[in-house]
Amino acid sequence: MAACVVGVTPRVPSERAPACRLSGLEPLTIVDETLFVNVGERTNITGSAKFRNLIRDGDYNTALSVARQQVENGAQVIDINMDEGMIDGIAAMDRFVKLIASEPPDISRVPLMIDSSKFAVIEAGLRCVQGKPIVNSISMKEGEEKFRREASLCRKYGAAVVVMAFDEDGQADNLERRKAICERAYHILVDEVGFPAEDIIFDPNIFAVATGIEEHANYGVDFIEATRWIKQNLPGALISGGVSNVSFSFRGNNAVREAIHAVFLYHAIAAGMDMGIVNAGALVVYDQVDPRLRERIEDVILNRHPDATERLLEIAGEFAGDGKKTEIVNEAWRELPVDERITHALVKGVDDYAETDTEELRALIEARGGQPIEVIEGPLMAGMNVVGDLFGAGKMFLPQVVKSARVMKKAVAYLIPFIEAGKSPEDAGRSNGTVIMATVKGDVHDIGKNIVGVVLQCNNYDVIDMGVMVPAQKILDAAKENDADVIGLSGLITPSLDEMVTFAAEMERQGFDIPLLIGGATTSRAHTAVKIDKKYHGPVIWVKDASRSVPVVAALLSGDQRPGLLADVQADYDSLRERYAARSEAKVILPIAKARENRTPIDWTGYHPPRPRMLAQQAPDVHHDDERPLRSATQFVKTFHDYSLAELREYIDWQPFFNAWEMKGKYPDILNNPASGEAARKLWDDGQQMLDRLIEEKWISASGVIGLFPASMVGDDDIEVYADETRAEVRTTLREVRQQSEHRPGVPHRSLADFVAPKETGLHDYVGAFAVTAGLGITDKIKEFKAALDDYSAILLESLADRLAEAFAERLHQRVRTEFWAYQPDESLDNESLIKEKYVGIRPAPGYPACPEHTEKQTIWELLDVKTNTGIELTESMAMWPGASVSGLYFSHPQSQYFVVGQIGRDQVTDYAARKGLTVAAAEKWLSPNLGYRTDDDE
Amino acid sequence: MPVPATSLVRSDATQALTALLSSRILVLDGAMGTMIQRHTFSEQEYRGERFADWHRDLKGNNDLLSLTQPAVIGAIHRAYLDAGADLVETNTFNAQKISLADYGMEELAYELNFESARLARLACDAVTQATPDQPRFVAGAMGPTNRTGSISPDVNDPGARNITYEELVDAYLEQANGLVDGGADLLLIETIFDTLNAKAAIFALETLFEERGRRWPVMISGTITDASGRTLSGQVTEAFWNSVRHANPLLIGLNCALGAAEMRPYLAEVSRIADCFVSCYPNAGLPNAFGEYDEAPDQTAAIVREFAESGLLNLLGGGAAAPRPSTSRRWRRAWSA
Repeated sequence: MAACVVGVTPRVPSERAPACRLSGLEPLTIVDETLFVNVGERTNITGSAKFRNLIRDGDYNTALSVARQQVENGAQVIDINMDEGMIDGIAAMDRFVKLIASEPPDISRVPLMIDSSKFAVIEAGLRCVQGKPIVNSISMKEGEEKFRREASLCRKYGAAVVVMAFDEDGQADNLERRKAICERAYHILVDEVGFPAEDIIFDPNIFAVATGIEEHANYGVDFIEATRWIKQNLPGALISGGVSNVSFSFRGNNAVREAIHAVFLYHAIAAGMDMGIVNAGALVVYDQVDPRLRERIEDVILNRHPDATERLLEIAGEFAGDGKKTEIVNEAWRELPVDERITHALVKGVDDYAETDTEELRALIEARGGQPIEVIEGPLMAGMNVVGDLFGAGKMFLPQVVKSARVMKKAVAYLIPFIEAGKSPEDAGRSNGTVIMATVKGDVHDIGKNIVGVVLQCNNYDVIDMGVMVPAQKILDAAKENDADVIGLSGLITPSLDEMVTFAAEMERQGFDIPLLIGGATTSRAHTAVKIDKKYHGPVIWVKDASRSVPVVAALLSGDQRPGLLADVQADYDSLRERYAARSEAKVILPIAKARENRTPIDWTGYHPPRPRMLAQQAPDVHHDDERPLRSATQFVKTFHDYSLAELREYIDWQPFFNAWEMKGKYPDILNNPASGEAARKLWDDGQQMLDRLIEEKWISASGVIGLFPASMVGDDDIEVYADETRAEVRTTLREVRQQSEHRPGVPHRSLADFVAPKETGLHDYVGAFAVTAGLGITDKIKEFKAALDDYSAILLESLADRLAEAFAERLHQRVRTEFWAYQPDESLDNESLIKEKYVGIRPAPGYPACPEHTEKQTIWELLDVKTNTGIELTESMAMWPGASVSGLYFSHPQSQYFVVGQIGRDQVTDYAARKGLTVAAAEKWLSPNLGYRTDDDE
Repeated sequence: MPVPATSLVRSDATQALTALLSSRILVLDGAMGTMIQRHTFSEQEYRGERFADWHRDLKGNNDLLSLTQPAVIGAIHRAYLDAGADLVETNTFNAQKISLADYGMEELAYELNFESARLARLACDAVTQATPDQPRFVAGAMGPTNRTGSISPDVNDPGARNITYEELVDAYLEQANGLVDGGADLLLIETIFDTLNAKAAIFALETLFEERGRRWPVMISGTITDASGRTLSGQVTEAFWNSVRHANPLLIGLNCALGAAEMRPYLAEVSRIADCFVSCYPNAGLPNAFGEYDEAPDQTAAIVREFAESGLLNLLGGGAAAPRPSTSRRWRRAWSA
């Protein structure tokens, strides 16, 4: 085997720019473009009384949760310090770092900063860390020799180091000494010890400002200027510092302290500061600091006014404890006043205390003679307004909002008995309006609709969610009965578009005026403008996603905003309609005969269609493809009951999971996105935990069926499927649609039929079909969650079941390629390659671009007896129930590929109708998204 | 403990290896364990004369065969070298005092490493003499030990460990001393499940280098244990590289618990990020339910060829130079000689 690399040119080692490259379980690279790195400070005994008490009491579990919260709050490195007179620092460091290593990756994925003034304690920590940590700190305080020895040891342990601007004469307290000490240390490390410059992190000493002592006034400027100088003169070195020192004079006034940190960091980062030890959960953004406060802080930090300190002190009191802090870390929030606690719980989605806090509020309000309803109208709504504002500003994300709703619902549920006991029901709650929501008849998909419902509820709308497959009249009756202000319709599959058109016409006929909202994956602005809007005189508005739903509903129900919104929408619809009208001239549709002449060029001579191994195995005496034909039809089908979900889990493509939750960004990068990473990681963790449980406790089960059949292409676009391998009797015919719009020369007009050997070649080819579901039993579990007011878990479960169904399709397709059809027996691809479809062969699904006509599913259902074999049913719109299901066809030819049929001409539709035995009108209905010409309906 | 034969200590091979690795893809021998297993030694053969009365069973202590069956070990080295290997690994995967404690043989650690390195040295020197245009090298193998520094052995106490960093450093330092004294050209920290163990080995090597006032080339090979792309101790590939980069290795690579094909994305990642040479030792897929390997040698060869052609490789190891079944008769002759 050595021969296999003979003569091959060896790899040339990569040249990577030097950078500080740290690691926990995952890497952390700090380069110039890296945003400021937050080092979590709460696991530092010298800075956190709470952490100190936990370590002193030996409560390491709770101490770990402090570490975890920091990472959850965005700390990219965590600082660990055990320096306290009463504590055995070596033992505590050893124990805590080992516990972190044994924790699930939520803590250990980030690098550690091992912090102590005693080098023995640092070594104790370094001996337990598998990643590349940072040592904090070493210095020349006790001479060069000790400094060199400790630096060499850090290098042997594989750590980066923080070097304090400290020498034999003490800590550097002016700019010149900072420069001199850092320069000297740098040269000792780089030139003598051989320490890589990029692993040196200087801490040029952040000292308190605004102390009232004149010598301290320039401390902020000195640090900032030292930072600038080091970055320019000591190449590669980084800058860090303990940020909270700077505001020490304002202890007790956290709001002002955080504002000082924000202003200080703004200037220090601009000068080149790379990282800092901060309270990651409490960081305030520079822009969010009140401008008046900011200016006075800036005067202090930059030492640009002789009375700067006095002027800041004058106004500091006004800002004490104001709401500017974006969050409170740890459990400290439990000590806040109850209305702030409820806001915190809503923003953070913590439902543990929902009932306790609600009761406390209720009792308070009752004591001053108020009514239980005031708890909702006052503190709960105030909290939800904060949630709404943060969401609107892009600072909270959908999964978090859905969790907020869970807290709100629990609080409201707790209050209802009190409200009902005290007052008549019609007084209960003044909502912003009532919205009826439903997934239309024939369609089963409701994740998006559920999310919209929850988001609207969060914004104090009464939402009546009618579920899935709801007939038009039921929705309209409910709207009348509840005096609804808005109706929202959702649909995922294309036939639902027609149902929505019908629904709009019914609203018109029955004299409705209220707005109709349209949403869901298959809907579009264009379809809404061209087809739905003109059936109904009231407002018909397409809503892109859940985030859009609130502003749209709010504007519709507001006298001021409504005319503007409607005018914008009308103008937009008019231009879409014009473009649609101009469309048939723009797009050239070839005659279908010409398109068929330009089919996929496949050379069938010399091609040997692979005979499915599954068939060969069932007839063990058959050795070659065509020696002894099989006769029994049942042998072409294989069913899978209660398929292992643990196995399928490994095949999940997570990208659509995040899409379903409207988390924008590419997986897995999204987990580290500075803005949404926290929310994404939480969602991911929740998903993983639910997967563990649903597999363990068998909440849902997966069943599937596949079939591999003898088949030939006949005519131009049909695939005959034979009853057995004698190929004498045609069992059924698959009808395919061909691309017909004008292509560049050399680009074929494809049809799925192209990928099966034509009958006249005499080749014995095959085609496959499958249907899988991972949604069996899901309904009960969803009901259970909804009964517990836990929409978050209900939606999470639906989105996971969808992923498992897709994973099931992926896995079975893999097994078909390697095992059952076995035309790629040696294929070996990782999940990423599977997701990127790097395999040979395709599995197109009816209703999707390569075979857009949904009723082809009926053919699959008959062929595989899907309903009996798996329990999946088809609705009248050809949606699969349960929703977490996938079906399609298998093609094995190496040239088979996915494509988009796109727009087709009247000639093909007429021909298709004839082949399939449909009326032209019915064919046009099922193919409506693909029609490249006007029908009567358009006029 | 024998007095180190100073004549065996090698000068620094960094330059020679760098030149070779830049000019072609080098081949490291195949697995020693597999070849030893094929021979099916008896308890008595493991013991040899010297350990006939040892108080514990010794069957399975493959590293001991360097003392009790040196001719066989030498012949295995020789066969790999004849099959084209540029480097052979010493028979010392478990030869440090931590693993040897299973047999009560902690005291033999230095001797085992010294003798094993010497056997490999003799085989290499003989073949190099015959074909001087292809110099052969001895890689002193340092395995992961049978303890792990980052993982708790006690489900009830995640903070517990059954080995300390200092114990690991001490054992690795003794092993490395034996290896370089016996004539190893480079030191190979391999099959890294837990990066903390590897970091202790690096610490030991840096200590050795300080004590000897010179360096030996270092090769590091981590193990991706499952399709999630992480080491057993949980690190992703780049995190692993960041953790061991301070060793300034000549080569970094992966030896995989997965099959060659599954290994590709992680090897590509190493190749992308490493500023030194890159190695891989593919395994023949995961063992199936019968403990056999499904991936045929031809398949592995095709996959590895693709790695090489994609510019991912400087050194190929682990079974790469394994003799074909057709030559096994010659093998048996070699052993019985």
